[in-house]
Amino acid sequence: MVTILVPGVLRGEAGGAARLDVAASGTLRAVLDEVGSRWPRLERRIRDERGEVRRYVNVYVDGADCRLSDGQDTPVADGGEVQILPSVAGG
Amino acid sequence: MTTLLAIGTGKGLFLATSDDGRRSWRVDGPHFPMTAVYAVGIDRRRAAPRVLASVTSSHFGPSVATSDDLGRSWHEPDHAPLAFPEDTGATLERVWQFAPASPAEPDVVYAGTQPSALFRSVDGGVTYEMVRELWDHPHREQWGAGFGGQAIHTVLPHPDDPARVLVAMSTGGVYRTADGGRGWAPSNTGIRAYFLPDEWPEFGQCVHKVARDATEPDRLYAQNHHGVYRSDDGGSSWSSIADGLPSDFGFPMVAHPARAGVIYNFPLVRDGERFPVDRRCRVFRSADAGKSWEPLSDGLPAEPYYPSVLRDAMCADGADPAGVYFGTRSGEVYASRDEGDSWSQVAAHLPDVLCVRAAEV
Repeated sequence: MVTILVPGVLRGEAGGAARLDVAASGTLRAVLDEVGSRWPRLERRIRDERGEVRRYVNVYVDGADCRLSDGQDTPVADGGEVQILPSVAGG
Repeated sequence: MTTLLAIGTGKGLFLATSDDGRRSWRVDGPHFPMTAVYAVGIDRRRAAPRVLASVTSSHFGPSVATSDDLGRSWHEPDHAPLAFPEDTGATLERVWQFAPASPAEPDVVYAGTQPSALFRSVDGGVTYEMVRELWDHPHREQWGAGFGGQAIHTVLPHPDDPARVLVAMSTGGVYRTADGGRGWAPSNTGIRAYFLPDEWPEFGQCVHKVARDATEPDRLYAQNHHGVYRSDDGGSSWSSIADGLPSDFGFPMVAHPARAGVIYNFPLVRDGERFPVDRRCRVFRSADAGKSWEPLSDGLPAEPYYPSVLRDAMCADGADPAGVYFGTRSGEVYASRDEGDSWSQVAAHLPDVLCVRAAEV
């Protein structure tokens, strides 16, 4: 089981939940794929139609920015935590 | 009768309504706060008018939402309503235009996008498929990007012939199909591209907006990146109608919904000086298909004026007499209930206005 932490601005796409549990583990991609199958509107806020994490969305695996490790190939262990956060951007 | 004025801004959608013949307005919003609403549509072909909104979050990407109750509730499909096919390698930046098709195709809605592509919906604008033949056009690699991005910003389905559709893009120019989208040909003869070594190319023009005449479907009007033109042959050729205007630069071009030959625009000084001419807030109207023009400013600000009006930030409703509307980059919205003769302010201090659309609902 992997826990997804959903930011407030996206909770409407997750039935209002701040935390989601998914069965998939192994890689961040597998975790986000399961998010896409169960909460597709949430997933497409996180990834574009090419499956890439959107530029101004940050994804942390156990507290580490996935862009500073292996992107969506970053390992996610059973019991891990994936946090979604919008980056500081805009005017 | 209620008139709905949808105002897309850089930070959400505002909906203004008037129940007293467009004398006063109630402004509601923002819907979709902190999203850029580059396009709105009001599809009156349905029993309940459908409002379509292009909603783009700088963080969470683009989407399309629809409302069948004038904005009280919104619907968005689970899966992306518009997405580029995988083999294109492209990703949707935003929708720039909605265009309900002719009454003969009551469930067809077209969408123009950034990057430049045309999408077609057969479920009333809820989900869309890319028009492959235009994407595969051999010219596409040479289409450029203006400051706002490379986009199809104008889609004009022919009112009588569903097989004929005209699109315009910046840059790239005007393209037409006469066979339902299988074949597309550039239609820019007579439109100058002063910014290219060859000033009269087959394509590559920066057409800012095209409008279709109310009663003569083969008569079209174009506001270009310098140059104002008319076509009397469905876009096969264009000739200048800029004489009589104080400048041939600007963005919007709007045709009266019912009266032949009546059009509106909002001239700016020039490419390098994008302020209203003489720093005066004025709409220009022609009542003779561009042969002559008159400034309209009764009720508009009299003090020096600097905001510009973007390509989709001017529109007309379908009432009689027609209402004409425009919004500015400084967040003001003005309405005329007498075809432009006089104006009043609908709203001020909104975010920058990207688009407006109005209809009796």
